[in-house]
Amino acid sequence: MKEFTYLTPTTVEEAVSLYGQHSETAKYMAGGTDVIVKLKEGWMEPDYLISLKKIEELSELRKNDATGDLTIGATVTHAVLEKSIMIQKEYPIIHDAVSNIGSLQVRNVGTIGGNLINAVPSADGAIPMIALDGISLIQGPAGERSVAVKDLFIEPYKTVLKPGEILKKITIPAQAPRTGSAYIKFGRRAAMELPLIGIGVLLSLEEDLETCAKARIVLGVAGPTPMRAYEAEKLLAGQRITEDILRQAGEKAADESKVRDSVRGSAWHRKEMIRVQVRRMGLKCMDIIRNNR
Amino acid sequence: MTTTISFILNGDRISYEIKDHWTLLHLLREEMGLIGTKEGCGNGECGACTVIVDKLAVNSCLYLAVDADGKTVDTIEGLASTDGTLHPLQQSFVDNGGIQCGFCSPGMIMSSKALLDSNPNATEDEVKHALAGNICRCTGYVQILESVEAAKKHMSGGGQS
Repeated sequence: MKEFTYLTPTTVEEAVSLYGQHSETAKYMAGGTDVIVKLKEGWMEPDYLISLKKIEELSELRKNDATGDLTIGATVTHAVLEKSIMIQKEYPIIHDAVSNIGSLQVRNVGTIGGNLINAVPSADGAIPMIALDGISLIQGPAGERSVAVKDLFIEPYKTVLKPGEILKKITIPAQAPRTGSAYIKFGRRAAMELPLIGIGVLLSLEEDLETCAKARIVLGVAGPTPMRAYEAEKLLAGQRITEDILRQAGEKAADESKVRDSVRGSAWHRKEMIRVQVRRMGLKCMDIIRNNR
Repeated sequence: MTTTISFILNGDRISYEIKDHWTLLHLLREEMGLIGTKEGCGNGECGACTVIVDKLAVNSCLYLAVDADGKTVDTIEGLASTDGTLHPLQQSFVDNGGIQCGFCSPGMIMSSKALLDSNPNATEDEVKHALAGNICRCTGYVQILESVEAAKKHMSGGGQS
């Protein structure tokens, strides 16, 4: 690994200012589980590594009981999310997604912000944040701005972040009552795997517990970036949720997906799994809603 | 650049002058001679380099030494008592054949220790979830899981921890 100078700012302003001094010769690092691999391989060769680990405000995980908003700081680790009882109970889709990222050793150090900014097509962490209508707050030399998590990704390994900008946190707006959510990372083996396909479903029901008030169907590895299956969502909105209509939504989502053949799996198999898993995750949402009554 | 860090290593407070780009694994093995911690893949895939930092299992190959400043680091060398008595997990891996070539064992044992220290009654599923990032190419995991199970019983049955 090439030598570098390690900088540990304690505020976002300080971090942005350090980046301003060193510009292209500097890189930000959160947990480091991706960055250190890139440093070792020589894919990244900064003279200055600006650590975000000592910035306290970035590690906040808090539910605002008055507004119902959930704030997830960018350096909250996957393991902190995984172990949170509040997340398990109220945001099962987040728990599903983060509890199988890498290994426990990686989850103890790796962060949700890093998972998003790394922007791999298979990022498990992105799917729940999109399904929950998460908003990312970004700060850089030009000040603060907000971007919906669904609009964060441009192409593999590329986000809308400009040089010097830092992802500070994700805000999840209050969920509607009678909401269930689930994610499955579908791969060939149970552990240490990247998903062949990732499927997240969120359903909110009307008071009758049958009619769909809101649907989100979000797919990972189904295109160059995480994507919403808008047509499939539309098919469910306002309809009575049955296994049959969830099957139709699965068909629609598979049609909408931009899956392709890769070393890990073929396009037709991915489509088949979208069909099956959108239905199953939809049924799981229904179970969660009924069990929470 | 060099930085002086101070941390607690296997119970002893130490200070060490390090280079900013060193990993914790490099510091332990190449600088301090603590070669119990192994380097397998060097990329966070295999878990051979697992150590415990502030009670959490981490891959020391993906952890900068500079980040250990102010923290508590435990490695396999710190497990046995000073009189040479093995930790119950170490003894259990020996007794139950949880070791074949031994290369993954320090990592396996440190991951198991981090788990049992925080969750002494971990279920088999919880053990599997915690050890999923430790890869063994010899024994096929059955004996490893049996070793952890036996150690768990021993440790919760009034044995030392």
